[in-house]
Amino acid sequence: MNPRIVAALISRYIYLYARSPIRMVEMVFWPMVDILVWGFLTVFLQRNTSGDFPQFITFLLGAMILWDILFRAQQGVAISFLEDVWTRNLINIFVAPVRTAEYLGATFVVGLMRIAVTVTALVLVGWFAYSFNLFVLEWWLLPFFVNLMLFGWSLGIISTALILRWGQAAESLAWAVPFFIQPVVAVFYPVSVLPGWLQPVALALPVTHVFEGMREVMKTGTMDWTSLVWAMALNLVYLALAGALFVWILRFTRSRGLLTKFATQ
Amino acid sequence: MSAAATDEILLEAVELTREFDGVKALDRFSFQLRRGEVLGLLGANGAGKTTAMNCLLGLTLPTSGSLYAFGLELQQHRVAILRKTNFSSSYVSLPGNLKVWQNLLVFARIYGVPQPRRKIDELLERVEVAHLRDRITGQLSAGEATRVNLCKAFLNDPELLMLDEPTASLDPDIADKVRKIIRRARDERQMAILYTSHNMRDIEEVCDRAIFLHKGRIVAEGPPAEIVRRSTEQSLENVFIKIARSGELEDEPASPPVP
Ligand SMILES: Nc1ncnc2c1ncn2[C@@H]1O[C@H](COP(=O)(O)OP(=O)(O)OP(=O)(O)O)[C@@H](O)[C@H]1O
Ligand SMILES: [Mg+2]
Repeated sequence: MNPRIVAALISRYIYLYARSPIRMVEMVFWPMVDILVWGFLTVFLQRNTSGDFPQFITFLLGAMILWDILFRAQQGVAISFLEDVWTRNLINIFVAPVRTAEYLGATFVVGLMRIAVTVTALVLVGWFAYSFNLFVLEWWLLPFFVNLMLFGWSLGIISTALILRWGQAAESLAWAVPFFIQPVVAVFYPVSVLPGWLQPVALALPVTHVFEGMREVMKTGTMDWTSLVWAMALNLVYLALAGALFVWILRFTRSRGLLTKFATQ
Repeated sequence: MSAAATDEILLEAVELTREFDGVKALDRFSFQLRRGEVLGLLGANGAGKTTAMNCLLGLTLPTSGSLYAFGLELQQHRVAILRKTNFSSSYVSLPGNLKVWQNLLVFARIYGVPQPRRKIDELLERVEVAHLRDRITGQLSAGEATRVNLCKAFLNDPELLMLDEPTASLDPDIADKVRKIIRRARDERQMAILYTSHNMRDIEEVCDRAIFLHKGRIVAEGPPAEIVRRSTEQSLENVFIKIARSGELEDEPASPPVP
């Protein structure tokens, strides 16, 4: 891993975003629409029901912001790769002395920058529209953030590997992959709502523990930290598996001669 | 061979074979490229030129055979080799949404070029496109983009340079300039250059040696003028057509017709 090369790759994305700030709109616009529409709907429902769920709005807003940490981390990897596909730059990168880890490392950092933009916007909207303060999660926020980001990276690598394998026809996976797991990882409702057979699947995905933990902390002010350690361990396994999948698919596309076809089509 | 060529082998293929769906795009293709030498790969569309280059760049894995650059096995030493190598082609472009200098600066940083900005200015000057420095890459004409791509290919002062049809879609004037740039790179920097082109003038003016491929096999090899002399043809162009149509060049007496 050569930091100079990672920095060089990152500088490309910075030029890209600096040149067309319009790209940032997408990072802010949809999350804002989501948080406003669903936020106000929840406020409305809360006012018109018996009020059994005093924390419903906080759960929802917290879940939305945390989900976007995962989603933006995934997008950082997948969209950065697609930028290289769209601009027919992949071959230039592959014939340069860039290691796979350096390339992915740069996209991780781009993910971090995307998170910074989106989450800042959401935290501000949450505060002004609903007086919601994400920092009620206090220092629990840190392990939540790390776990969500790591899993976002894994999903990003998996999306990229699938696009590499199936070509541009599979481009929409860049946006779809995180939503494959969204119903299962208990973002907006507890794991206990899921059918029994699905619950072990949910618990095998690291971010389930983050969303369960978030509600726990909001309700009681604390949570069982061992589940976060478990999440972290799971995350490292997923990251290693995603990396192995990527290397394997890269090798496969090279052996089929698909890499150049894909990169120049 | 040019005066610049040395005995040092920078690139070598040994029995390189690449099949696609059972069809051999390259069939036991072997060659050596020396420091300071320009080697032209010639052949009809689909002869296997690009496939050879892709294998030599590690973009495509060979079905069988061995590849070496700087004496090192290609796949095992990919990064070390690529540091001293570069590539350009008319079908690969730099990102169209950045300015020329931004694109070049990104690659200069990737290659770890010392004093990158100075190097970029010097290279743009060398290929006579200094005025394009601040232009959006995507808005360049084909000829301008080709020369900017060449700047990218020269950024790391490569010892080994691979060019896939670098003069495709260039006007005769610019094509002539590109040939001069390539010759200078060989003469002044002792670059080893592997070159494909469909332009026979390119090959005659630039290449010290040429290899004719037909269906992935070598059918003729040698300095371009010598290939013509050995054949019954009048020009390299005619040799090309002959090989493309019949798949061979009769420099030996033809075998007697089968009764
Ligand atoms: N990824 C691939 N999958 C299947 N067949 C391929 C692939 N890449 C190349 N081929 C085939 O291999 C053969 C050689 O192709 P190649 O691109 O090397 O030719 P070329 O000599 O560069 O031709 P041109 O002058 O048209 O550029 C062709 O028949 C081509 O269809
Ligand atoms: Mg070709």
